[in-house]
Amino acid sequence: MAKRVGMEVSLGVSEAVKVADVDVIAAYPITPQTHIVEHLAELVANGELDAEFIPVESEHSAMSSCVGSSATGARTYTASSSQGLALMHEILYIVPALRLPVVMTIANRALSGPINIWNDHSDIMSERDIGWVQTFAENGQEAFDLSIHAFRVAEDHSVLLPVIVNLDGFTLTHVVEPFEILDRAEVAKYLPPYKPVQRLDPEHPMTMGAVGIPEVYTEAKKQVEDALVKSKSVVIQAWKEFGDLFGRYYHPVETYKTEGAETLLLTMGSVSETAMTAIDKMREAGKKVGLVRFRLWRPFPFEEFFEAVKGVKTLAVMDRAMSPGGPCGPVAAEVRAALYDQPNRPKVFSFVAGLGGRDVQVSDFEEIVSRAEIYAEKGAPATYDLIGVREI
Amino acid sequence: MSTSSAIIGWKNLTLGCAILEPGSSRKLKTGDWRSQHPVLDKEKCIKCAICYIDCPDIAYSQNEEGYFIADMTYCKGCGICANECPKDAITMKMEEE
Repeated sequence: MAKRVGMEVSLGVSEAVKVADVDVIAAYPITPQTHIVEHLAELVANGELDAEFIPVESEHSAMSSCVGSSATGARTYTASSSQGLALMHEILYIVPALRLPVVMTIANRALSGPINIWNDHSDIMSERDIGWVQTFAENGQEAFDLSIHAFRVAEDHSVLLPVIVNLDGFTLTHVVEPFEILDRAEVAKYLPPYKPVQRLDPEHPMTMGAVGIPEVYTEAKKQVEDALVKSKSVVIQAWKEFGDLFGRYYHPVETYKTEGAETLLLTMGSVSETAMTAIDKMREAGKKVGLVRFRLWRPFPFEEFFEAVKGVKTLAVMDRAMSPGGPCGPVAAEVRAALYDQPNRPKVFSFVAGLGGRDVQVSDFEEIVSRAEIYAEKGAPATYDLIGVREI
Repeated sequence: MSTSSAIIGWKNLTLGCAILEPGSSRKLKTGDWRSQHPVLDKEKCIKCAICYIDCPDIAYSQNEEGYFIADMTYCKGCGICANECPKDAITMKMEEE
């Protein structure tokens, strides 16, 4: 039976990886991801998890090792954050290109500089186009559940793509939360052993990662994009089956009090829970506001998103990363682009907040909503508002 | 150039563009790229095998007499063998029509 525990969320993620029965972990520690891989190293060392733990010399090597390991047909996991994810950058594109179902947790953290170990989304937003399935957790339970779900989706034979589970550094990774952990027997009902379609095997030699000449490259990219777009139905089905088995249901786009709302906040990650408190407060004051959150970021959930914002007049998008010199935050840019051709689309306003661990409070969401309502009436600046920045 | 087998639609590519047939690089006849070819002067050759070792296309092989001869199916005329030969026994000659 599922066991209810109080546990640091990082350790909860490690437990999820354990019950997913991974074969290989190749990882390099980086704050705030460290506790995840540290605990996994302990689990391997004390015999609780029968896996190889490769203590690599850098994140570039971590992802390279994951490519090799996954290519042999091993269930492979790693975790990283911020500068570490950035160091993996060039290998990240190769994993989906080779159709390898590596699963990675990102403990979201600001990119330097100035050097900063705290939470925002600048690390993952810099890796938007790597071709991985990307989900966002809002709390410890979700971090556990999405980690199990990630293996199920990645290894589905119609997907065979790597998956990133994002959880906010410190805000989630370093807090103790109550949540239900599943044991290996329960997870086995949901996650069958990985059966690779093809793998490196001396008995049947094959080449992975050959050059893609101009006559092939475009088609190769198209193959991966097609698999990524089509993975959405597997992501949804795997969430439904997870809910049917374990009682917790997830959706690509989650909504909160959107009925009759004229203005919607849009968030991702753990700030969504603060945003819900803000929505409750504003609803009590009679404001017609609601909240919409992306749980699935790649593939972009177009239909679910359009449905969620149907009939809404104003959409206030909160980004946790900047696009210096650009029109708005990265999430707002995508939302605007996605909505552009939709009839009766809401006006989209971009707000950047919570950079480098800056606390985002209920009052910040109230300010975002009130600014968005003013902009909807009187027009907005061409770029975005940086919430909470001190001028003097 | 033997790229015709690569001119296929994305739906027909193998998973992850994997090459499932071992040794398939033999099918790429790089000799088609050649604009010049090596000519060996057997008088000067000491059979040291440097041409054989340095050839990037593994076009060289040893014949019954012990000389190393480039297979024109794969020699793309890069001239590394001529450049590296310690006895200047290899000269590159332009291909004729």
